[in-house]
Amino acid sequence: MQFAFTEDQLLFRDTVAEFFANECPPEKVRWSWDDAVGRDASTWAALAEMGVIGLTVPEAFGGMGMNEIDLLPILTEAGRYAYPAPLVETVAVVAPLLTESAPAAIAEKWLPGIADGSVIATVQLDDQPFVNDMHIANLLIAQRGDQLFAIPAEHVRSTPQVSVDGARRLFSIEWDEADAELVVSGEAALQAANRAFDRGAAATAAQLIGLSEQMIAMTVAYVVDRKQFGVPIGSFQAVKHHLADAELKVSFARPAVWAAAYGLANGSADVDREVSMAKCFASDAAEVVARKALQNHGAIGYTTEHDLHFWLKRSWALASSWGDAAWHRRRVAHLLLDA
Amino acid sequence: MDLTFTPAEEAFRAEAREWLEANVPVGLPSGDTAEGFALHVEWEKKLFEARWSVVSWPEEFGGRGASLWEWLIFEEEYYRVGGPQRVTQNGIFLLAPTIFEFGTDEQKERFLPRMAAADDLWCQGWSEPDAGSDLAGIKSRAARDDERGGWVINGQKTWTTRGAFCNWVFGLFRTDPEAARHSGMTYLLVPLDAPGVTVRGVERLDGDEGFAEVFFDDVFVSDDLVLGGVNEGWGVAMATASSERGLTLRSPGRFCAAADRLVDLWKRQAAAGEYPERIDSLRSDVAQSWMEAEAYRLATLVDVTGLVKGVSQGARSSLTKIYWSELDVKLNETALRLLGPAAELIETSPDAVDGGAWMKGFEFALSGPIYAGTNEIQRNVVAERVLGLPRK
Repeated sequence: MQFAFTEDQLLFRDTVAEFFANECPPEKVRWSWDDAVGRDASTWAALAEMGVIGLTVPEAFGGMGMNEIDLLPILTEAGRYAYPAPLVETVAVVAPLLTESAPAAIAEKWLPGIADGSVIATVQLDDQPFVNDMHIANLLIAQRGDQLFAIPAEHVRSTPQVSVDGARRLFSIEWDEADAELVVSGEAALQAANRAFDRGAAATAAQLIGLSEQMIAMTVAYVVDRKQFGVPIGSFQAVKHHLADAELKVSFARPAVWAAAYGLANGSADVDREVSMAKCFASDAAEVVARKALQNHGAIGYTTEHDLHFWLKRSWALASSWGDAAWHRRRVAHLLLDA
Repeated sequence: MDLTFTPAEEAFRAEAREWLEANVPVGLPSGDTAEGFALHVEWEKKLFEARWSVVSWPEEFGGRGASLWEWLIFEEEYYRVGGPQRVTQNGIFLLAPTIFEFGTDEQKERFLPRMAAADDLWCQGWSEPDAGSDLAGIKSRAARDDERGGWVINGQKTWTTRGAFCNWVFGLFRTDPEAARHSGMTYLLVPLDAPGVTVRGVERLDGDEGFAEVFFDDVFVSDDLVLGGVNEGWGVAMATASSERGLTLRSPGRFCAAADRLVDLWKRQAAAGEYPERIDSLRSDVAQSWMEAEAYRLATLVDVTGLVKGVSQGARSSLTKIYWSELDVKLNETALRLLGPAAELIETSPDAVDGGAWMKGFEFALSGPIYAGTNEIQRNVVAERVLGLPRK
């Protein structure tokens, strides 16, 4: 039993964290809100150079051949810095899906490009009405019932939707099967879609942990600094208890997310339950932490001049994508009670 | 990352399971009544004879030298088969780690084997009528008696769990009244049959005489009953408090077993077919409680991975205490909602479901956010010592 990351995994994570600290400061997140495209190709290329984008691509296709245990700590850092590009879609979902389920010709066509950063992929499973980052994607993987298709982005017609998180880019899409290549069909496609959904949910849960940790860090810094009645407001018990509740939520969501990573990487028989628990706890934690963070910041946190709202809004968006807490709680209930 | 146990650990589990399944008593009355306590002590002695009472202790003191992982496995198996609460817990889980850390060799040899064998039964003497959350505000005094080589205690302890049935108490006493609040206290071990000790049982919320007030009138304790240094009791007591908040008192096995019983209760209630809408409406609450127990188990695996490498939990043990105590309340509340109109029936009522265990469990769980430092105090500790907020 060893419920911890290896030195190598932590070193990789720390390297990526340092990269985000330099390349994705809050000003960059603000730029992503204001810029029409909101994504810069050089950051993605640098992440590909570091091996992050090809992390889950097999070595035969130029990737790192690593798994969720290596990936999720890195996505936690992406969450901490509110990095907006489609790491979950490309790295956590599409690359493993193509690796496991695509015929050789399709895998060979797309996976090397994912690994070297030249192909950005996004995904739409059934019950997901909107697609992230269609405007910069080269490849869409989409589910229609018991079929999964690969569609080059030029054949996808998209209509922008506007998220409360101005750094996100969401689209409603349409496409024709004539322009699509079949990746997998039948029972295998349903299983692949379920596995893809679990991967997206766990990866999003990992981002929520990073977002929550950062909101706590920002709030601690603020309440230590901010004085009222002649003392730091962080000395007041009501403020302390808000923050203790926030820390409590994250502390018990975090191990659930690592357990989901382990379950995905090792093909656990209970992986659906493990992932749903992780996303349920991470979504709940982020929502509580966001509320506590805003309350403790007071009026300054209610402005868009302060950076906190970037993290609040990303938390709200991610808490409800890839299944919200209530959806995942019902899934766990089904697995526990109807067996 | 590896979430599997070794073959040796699995063999340990199999051995524990086999013995426990054959020996765990069913339907013991509460251990917090005089009759129940005697039956529990009998069970504790049986555990000791088979060397299962203190698995993590060295063999010379009655244990098996088991690792922390094996201890967790034993606890899982113990509660999985429905093993009763450990009436020896204040000794074996709270005092013993403190004796291992601060005790002299003589104290270890004198107290640990008898504790393991349930020959000595220990209760805690922390709270006083005017010192609860503010433990450093205790007033009970121990005055120096050079002539006899020891200390003379006067004062009162209260809310002493199972104080009416135990024969020893450990606690803090003020030995230097001139010293600053957190100094001048000494950790003493006191036999409850010593002249001048009076114990008065107090009925608890759940109807058991599980509490006691302990009065000390010129009670003499000799120098060999000082644990740690004179006037250094606060530091020694904090070691005990950390065990109480942390994982040794409340292992995840106990909550995971309760969560599995909650799932089983939901299925039985659903099968019974009464009030189907209510049973259906509680599906998510049952799942939430089950997940909270599981989250506590997973967090413990992280903590123990650290402890094995020598990384202490420190103030994070306060997070642990808040979490298990609050999940325990919610879990039992959910069970009571599943019972509907039968929820209020207690163990002496003929139609009580599961022998009234859920109301008993609920009442017991309600003490969790209060004892071992209220959860409000724990939240202060988290804010100040985990997050670094200013004290004042």
